[in-house]
Amino acid sequence: MTAETLVQLLYLVSTALFILSLKWMSDPESARKGVFSGVGAMTLAVAGTLTGVLATGGTHYWWILGAFALGAAVGYPLAQVPLTAVPQRTALSHAFGGLAAGLVGTAKFFLYYGQKNEAALAPFIVVALVAEILLGFLTFTGSILAAGKLQEVKWIPQRPVTYPGQNASNLALFALALALGVALVLHPLAPWAPWAFGGIILLSLAFGVLLIIPIGGADMPTVISILNAYAGLSAVAMGFVLNNKLLITAGALDGSSGLILSVIMCKAMNRSFFNVLFGAFGQTTTAGAEGEAKAYKSDTVESAAMVMEQASLVVIVPGYGMAVAQAQHKVREVYDLLKKKGVTVKFAIHPVAGRMPGHMNVLLAEAEIPYDDLVEMDEINGDMPQADVVLVIGANDVVNPAARSDKSSPIYGMPIIDADKARAVYAIKRSKAPGFAGIDNELYFLDKTFMLFGDAKAVMGELARKLAGEGGH
Amino acid sequence: MGAVFVFMLATFIGLMVIQRVSRLLHTPLMSLTNAISAIAVVGAIIVSAGKDYPGYITALGLVAIFCSTTNIVSGFLITDRMLKMFKKQEKVAK
Repeated sequence: MTAETLVQLLYLVSTALFILSLKWMSDPESARKGVFSGVGAMTLAVAGTLTGVLATGGTHYWWILGAFALGAAVGYPLAQVPLTAVPQRTALSHAFGGLAAGLVGTAKFFLYYGQKNEAALAPFIVVALVAEILLGFLTFTGSILAAGKLQEVKWIPQRPVTYPGQNASNLALFALALALGVALVLHPLAPWAPWAFGGIILLSLAFGVLLIIPIGGADMPTVISILNAYAGLSAVAMGFVLNNKLLITAGALDGSSGLILSVIMCKAMNRSFFNVLFGAFGQTTTAGAEGEAKAYKSDTVESAAMVMEQASLVVIVPGYGMAVAQAQHKVREVYDLLKKKGVTVKFAIHPVAGRMPGHMNVLLAEAEIPYDDLVEMDEINGDMPQADVVLVIGANDVVNPAARSDKSSPIYGMPIIDADKARAVYAIKRSKAPGFAGIDNELYFLDKTFMLFGDAKAVMGELARKLAGEGGH
Repeated sequence: MGAVFVFMLATFIGLMVIQRVSRLLHTPLMSLTNAISAIAVVGAIIVSAGKDYPGYITALGLVAIFCSTTNIVSGFLITDRMLKMFKKQEKVAK
């Protein structure tokens, strides 16, 4: 067997393992097997590649080993972040992935250009190279910015930044990048080609920034999914350049994952995929603050505890407010106490609750809440009229009935959890300020709604104490 | 053209497999695919190991290896860390 055959064989097994890895992710029972098979696939991929370069007289092995070691040294602490910070870590990883693809594309272009290698710079290859660096560098800056926004870094504006003619100027820049790309495809060995290539790099770095600055925090789950898709597609383009099928298959798997998650997030926010692709989303209009006149009814935690003890079904709707308050462990205590008293407790999970797809599930799993009790929006909505109590913890827009009825509302049409159909509603909220979309929530002014103002962790802690019987009943 | 065929088929397989992933696991799924996209390490090794390549080409490749390796290590580790926490009812029920 020649070295080349061996390499292809290793790549083939690696591809199969990558596919199995994703397949096993479909069920929490087999999901960990998915990680092991992914690790196996990556090991085979690296082993195969090293075999290939060894056979063709590669060098710099010590340097390569050093780069591996350094990457592992940085990667390990990145995996130890608190679970509320998982979205930032993921965005940062997309940035690294994009940068890697962009750098390899740049290296390949300048290598072929330096060799005056006309055959290697065939139109198909140059198209793929341009796609690779465009997607790669755009993902790099875009993800850095997204990570910064999620981490709430001071120098990055949290609020969407919009200005007149935003889309027009973005399109003009995109047309310029396209023109440079076409020129490069036609004359890859022209004396100005490196400058055109550099121009495309600068433009794609700028695109990453321009794409993310108009986006607000509520749209982050969608953005992270799209950046995921871009990172995968840049790997695919690299596969085209290097004529490497493993890069194409693994990149395509990542790309389709990002694509599916983006579509799901778009549906959950009632945004069109087209809008998202052009970055024209996240421009949350701030509705007038005329809601001041309406009055909240607040209640004591003690009476909330009494009502919940009597209930047969309590539905908890967690939102990002729960996550920032780190209240998930207190939520678990309340869950346990209610269960002990024979109350059925379910969690209603909106697809965009949290800062990335499925983020809320992870936070609740951290508090060891069994996943059988985490119910998706579509499934729980049918049961809402039977719920005796809905407890909304730091969630706003995902329970706002205005999404169903008020055509002027910025969230109109967005699917929501039907908290208003339950018999009674308790809502924990830090302040009387409106939620992220900047609009009042009709749910909070209903006759059956009672507000529990305060930090989610403190309120849940007190609720747990009352339920534990400290209240004296 | 063969490459485009491979791309199309892999995308279809990806779409079908991932559509079945429970929403429960979307965050771990994304960190797993994040690690998988670090397959770019393959290209980075090829670029770095080239024998007669100029020094700056090798350097670009080495930085790319570093970037991809952080994703491989942190992506797989954090996915496993999250998945370990997903427990079924029976095991936790009191």
